[in-house]
Amino acid sequence: MDINDVRGLGTIFALIAFLGIIAWAYSSSRKSRFEDDADMIFKDEQIAQRTADAEREKND
Amino acid sequence: MSTATEHPTYNYKVVKYFAIMTVVWGIVGMSLGVLIASQLVWPELNFEIPYLTFSRLRPLHTNAVIFAFGGCALFATSYYVVQRTCQARLISDSLAMFTFWGWQAIIVAAAITLPLGLTSSKEYAELEWPIDIAITIVWICYAIVFFGTIAKRSQKHIYVANWFYGAFIITIAVLHIFNSLAVPVSAFKSYSIYAGAIDAMVQWWYGHNAVGFFLTAGFLGIMYYFVPKQAGRPVYSYRLSIVHFWALISIYVWAGAHHLHYSALPDWAQSAGMIMSLILLAPSWGGMINGMMTLSGAWHKLRTDPILRFLVVSLSFYGMSTFEGPMMAIKTVNALSHNTDWTVGHVHSGALGWVAMVSIGALYNLLPVVLGRKQGEMYSTKLINVHFWLATIGTVLYIVAMWVNGIMQGLMWRAVNADGTLTYSFVEALEASYPGYFVRALGGAIFLSGMLVMAYNTYKTVRGANAEQQAKLAQA
Repeated sequence: MDINDVRGLGTIFALIAFLGIIAWAYSSSRKSRFEDDADMIFKDEQIAQRTADAEREKND
Repeated sequence: MSTATEHPTYNYKVVKYFAIMTVVWGIVGMSLGVLIASQLVWPELNFEIPYLTFSRLRPLHTNAVIFAFGGCALFATSYYVVQRTCQARLISDSLAMFTFWGWQAIIVAAAITLPLGLTSSKEYAELEWPIDIAITIVWICYAIVFFGTIAKRSQKHIYVANWFYGAFIITIAVLHIFNSLAVPVSAFKSYSIYAGAIDAMVQWWYGHNAVGFFLTAGFLGIMYYFVPKQAGRPVYSYRLSIVHFWALISIYVWAGAHHLHYSALPDWAQSAGMIMSLILLAPSWGGMINGMMTLSGAWHKLRTDPILRFLVVSLSFYGMSTFEGPMMAIKTVNALSHNTDWTVGHVHSGALGWVAMVSIGALYNLLPVVLGRKQGEMYSTKLINVHFWLATIGTVLYIVAMWVNGIMQGLMWRAVNADGTLTYSFVEALEASYPGYFVRALGGAIFLSGMLVMAYNTYKTVRGANAEQQAKLAQA
């Protein structure tokens, strides 16, 4: 076994890892979880509001 | 636990500083671009002053637009997005402020040393070794602030935009350190530790990934937060965004060799670079489609919202230039395009159309927020629309001029007579390029005028926000 076998195995490993990522991301058991994750950006309005209020007080 | 962690607030101050400097450096960097583009039409514009020659101002232009304008946009948006998606304040306000002043000092150092002719002569890494060390220090502090904030997040999941920002921060650290390894011989002179073809390969491993991670991964982080936020709906497919992330970061690093087609680089390395560049089309378009489709069912918003227009058109330019890039990496196409203006046009369809326009869209979204208003509530929405059209027309003029010039130059350079002699001298091709150079300078000037409109709009928004706060205080 020389260095080129290691390189070949590396390519196969990358392919398996890639397929694994697709299987993980698209498995039906994680569907709702990812939908929630995508909504994260709309869930912090309370802190944003508090920040805006705090900034205003600071300018007193 | 202190009340600070129970009732956290965000650090908007550092975001505001970086956001305003993004506009300032954008104007400076693009003005330099318009000046050197004009020098190619009217060479007298260097006024015979060595500090104003094309050779010294060109690296200043690229450094100013990539690292000053683009860099400040990335700092501003990453600090904003990491806080808002982790629902946690930056881990250290003072370290974040250090990265601001440190980064500005580095930009000023570049603006002094490059016109003086102090350069390592590595493209996009021209700054000499003392500045390289300063960049490393600021960058490590940036990584501490960013990843420290992720570590103290109150949310279980790390939103996808942060993955892109994180990959950008880590990869740029690795690229910068290894490409800048050099032996200093004096305070302002050093020699790279690499030599010959290895130096070229390391340089373009750096150079292409500066595009891949600084100008792409970082700005995809912007895309994944600000497109859904401005559209008011979650990203089209969160699952696709995960596949997009891993595919993009694992493929981009192998494509740099396409900058060295037909050079002393071994043929197999050139071919490998070409193939990896072609594969790169898949993740690039996956991400572009993911951003675009976020608007499915909400396309009508484009009619009334110029900020969304900026973001969506930036994705169109991203899709276009990531198709053009792999095509130009094909060796037979590259035989025509290499060293011509086509390359310059390709870079600018990415830089103006994608990087600048997505940054501008994101800034219009976040600037009002960090000034205490609602997202997107700038002083004038009409002026955003004016800016949008100036930016779009400017970009299109620029890239069309460079396509025409580039293909013409490539064809003129390779034309041979029946007896094997060259049909055209180099100067004939240069003379034929003048109309294109003029249109390019005009397009750049139009794009720059849009940035001036943005500066005015920003100034009025800051003043208006201050006046609103005063009025509220008077009532209270």
